[in-house]
Amino acid sequence: MDILYDERLDGPVPKLDKAAIRDTLRQAIPDLTLLHREEDMRPFECDGLSVYRTLPLLVALPDSMAQVERLLKECHRLGVPVVTRGAGTGLSAGALPLTHGVLLVMSRFSRILEIDPEARIARVEPGVRNLAISEAASPYGLYYAPDPSSQIACSIGGNVAENAGGVHCLKYGLTVHNVVKVEVLTIEGERMTLGSDALDAPGFDLLALFNGSEGMLGVVTEITVKLLPKPEVAKVLMASFDDVEKAGNAVGAIIEAGIIPGGLEMMDKLAIVAAEDFIGAGYPVEAEAILLCELDGVEADVDDDCETVRRVLEKAGATGIQQARDDAERAKFWAGRKNAFPAVGRMSPDYYCMDGTIPRRELARVLKGIAELSQRYGLRVANVFHAGDGNMHPLILFDANREGELAVAEALGGEILELCVRVGGTITGEHGVGREKINQMCAQFRPDELATFRAAKAAFDPRDLLNPGKNIPTPARCSEFRTIKSAAADTAQQG
Amino acid sequence: MTNATTPHEQDAGAALAERVRQASADATPLRIAGGDTRGFYGREVEGSVLSVREHRGITFYDPVELVVSVRAGTPLAELEAALAEHGQMLPFEPPRYGEASTVGGMVATGLSGPRRPWAGSVRDFVLGTRVINHEGIEQRFGGEVMKNVAGYDLSRLMVGAQGTLGLITEVSFKVLPTPGATRSLRLSLPLDEARLRLVEWGREPLPISAAAWLDGALHLRLEGGPSSVAATRARIGGDELDNAFWSALRDQRLAFFSEGEAPLWRLSLPHRAPTLDLPDVDESLMIHDWAGAQRWLRTELNAETVRQACQAAGGHATCYGPRPAAIEPFTPLPEVVTKYHRNLKAQLDPKGIFNRGRLYAAF
Repeated sequence: MDILYDERLDGPVPKLDKAAIRDTLRQAIPDLTLLHREEDMRPFECDGLSVYRTLPLLVALPDSMAQVERLLKECHRLGVPVVTRGAGTGLSAGALPLTHGVLLVMSRFSRILEIDPEARIARVEPGVRNLAISEAASPYGLYYAPDPSSQIACSIGGNVAENAGGVHCLKYGLTVHNVVKVEVLTIEGERMTLGSDALDAPGFDLLALFNGSEGMLGVVTEITVKLLPKPEVAKVLMASFDDVEKAGNAVGAIIEAGIIPGGLEMMDKLAIVAAEDFIGAGYPVEAEAILLCELDGVEADVDDDCETVRRVLEKAGATGIQQARDDAERAKFWAGRKNAFPAVGRMSPDYYCMDGTIPRRELARVLKGIAELSQRYGLRVANVFHAGDGNMHPLILFDANREGELAVAEALGGEILELCVRVGGTITGEHGVGREKINQMCAQFRPDELATFRAAKAAFDPRDLLNPGKNIPTPARCSEFRTIKSAAADTAQQG
Repeated sequence: MTNATTPHEQDAGAALAERVRQASADATPLRIAGGDTRGFYGREVEGSVLSVREHRGITFYDPVELVVSVRAGTPLAELEAALAEHGQMLPFEPPRYGEASTVGGMVATGLSGPRRPWAGSVRDFVLGTRVINHEGIEQRFGGEVMKNVAGYDLSRLMVGAQGTLGLITEVSFKVLPTPGATRSLRLSLPLDEARLRLVEWGREPLPISAAAWLDGALHLRLEGGPSSVAATRARIGGDELDNAFWSALRDQRLAFFSEGEAPLWRLSLPHRAPTLDLPDVDESLMIHDWAGAQRWLRTELNAETVRQACQAAGGHATCYGPRPAAIEPFTPLPEVVTKYHRNLKAQLDPKGIFNRGRLYAAF
């Protein structure tokens, strides 16, 4: 299988004449910046999952929505596929270009159009960075809740496309819970408003459908998000454990006590050591696992909750509990977690980040399964885990310069995701399917369920011009995937 | 409590799927019914009745996971009782229009109660669904985990679609612990003054979980930890109000909802929307729930006038309950939006067997 786009398994590739398309687009939209030279397009060849890379046919860098509208109309007329890209920080190759498609880059749309502190909303263009919204809202005592680790760089348009999460989802929700309205353009260049400035809108909940649709249904051109008052205080407890399972059980015990922490994160030994080595966050490097539990809200309640959590953690067998003394120490505790990916990256030439979600009660079993797979494949795995909502980020360490090691890492990753599905979870909690997990979709869904997804897509883009080859696999791909899987299982049995 | 004819636990999935396959083969339209308590909310549906009531029971509940999965025919009251036993709740406070109200009907209509602006709506707490498609095959979307972005979010799409895109047979929800402390209060305030205060308080992290202005007073509910609730109560003042007020508002048992002959309108507006430009309407006679984002009005004004005023303010209006034949229940959609609604309906229900015309005549 060609990992970038496989005509046999992903659908026919239109016969396109690059020069002719460039000329047509130039004539139709003279003021549009179009890149076509290899060296100009090189920076756009991949997103945050850089092992997948290829040059697009053309790169379009529009600076007005009228240009986007005309570009979509032209591409629709010419039958040219369009891949939309935000800041390019995605981790599932959702913005991987197509050699036979235009890459539509939305990064120039970076204006905050309105902050309305009384309505507690921000209206922004899709290229605005996630963190920039909270920064702009900060003088009013407000912020935008979803905070993916990439929040310094990732764009809100990309957040909508992926339904991005972060470390505060259990309490504050995902992107879909915090976006109230979007303006979109269809592949035919029609404008639609989904959602509203009120708390609901008539008709189907297309706003929910577009969140997390990975640029397959339309192009988001404007986003209105909900802003929340900043919590009066936030306090963090760090607990260390000599056993991963005890840490997992402590997570359940906190929630059983009726507390919904603002953030509840877990890291295993390899991740702790990596983070400590990189940031010096004050993590106990001898621990098998640590939990970071952030409690936020009104000070009096937070103090009560801190006491409750401390008791729960002691009972759960924590070997040490530390409460950050001030905001500086709190930031330090979090810095270790937020930099866990690059920290692990320093231990190995390359790493590959997984994104499965599991029911929390299966944590011990899944971690054991990952350890076994890690041994079997001969690659180290560090575990970082949004423990509160069951979203795991196993990081597979490998060296792409060693012949075949990337393939081994991918195979190991695939097995970890399938393990997540087997225990009642999902292959992706917040990074999206993109190109990366296209095969694992065949493990999570039945052929008839995938057909329903394709039907939903066909309602908006019947000619499959928006981001083809991503998110939803074709029947041909799944039947090949299943054949390979069952052949591998047979071999394993015989062996 | 257990009644021999209606067991708590019963899997009628196979029979429901067979009914749908039959309807699909004959191209006969179906009218989906649960407890039949929400029939008033939408257009009349012609079709043979497909009752989901026999498909009932909680199939999974793990309080520690904060997840519950329920068959669509399960009475809402039964689900809420099971959650309450473990000190948990459906945070969106769905209205209960009688004992017979089912979970399926609650999800299909997507209506939420007084806590909605602070906690979120029905769709915000849906994690997954099982849906019988137009071919009579039960399919599963989403799941029983908090974060899941595999495939399109068809689960949330089903919320509020009123059964027009498929037959919901089971739903998984995120649930939350009931707050440690709850206190309600009543402040005698003119509407304008109440609006100003709500905007001010909204910018602070106060433990407000419901705010409704009616009968010359702002009714507030505080929920959270005992310390913050007590402190906020002391700061805001006002008279003590029985917490039962919120159930009466939620279930529309207040006198306002039963008195009067004129059609009842639900106005969904930005919470800050000022007094609407409606002739001869006295806003002080309305209920302003959701801190002003959901307003209830009784009026004989024609639908066009009501809807124009709401749209101008950034919202929409639903004619709620018994209405003259000439009034459409839901605000008409723009042309392009209608096109994609029709496309979706045609793709997911090509023969038009599910609740045809329930939302709009066009599909």
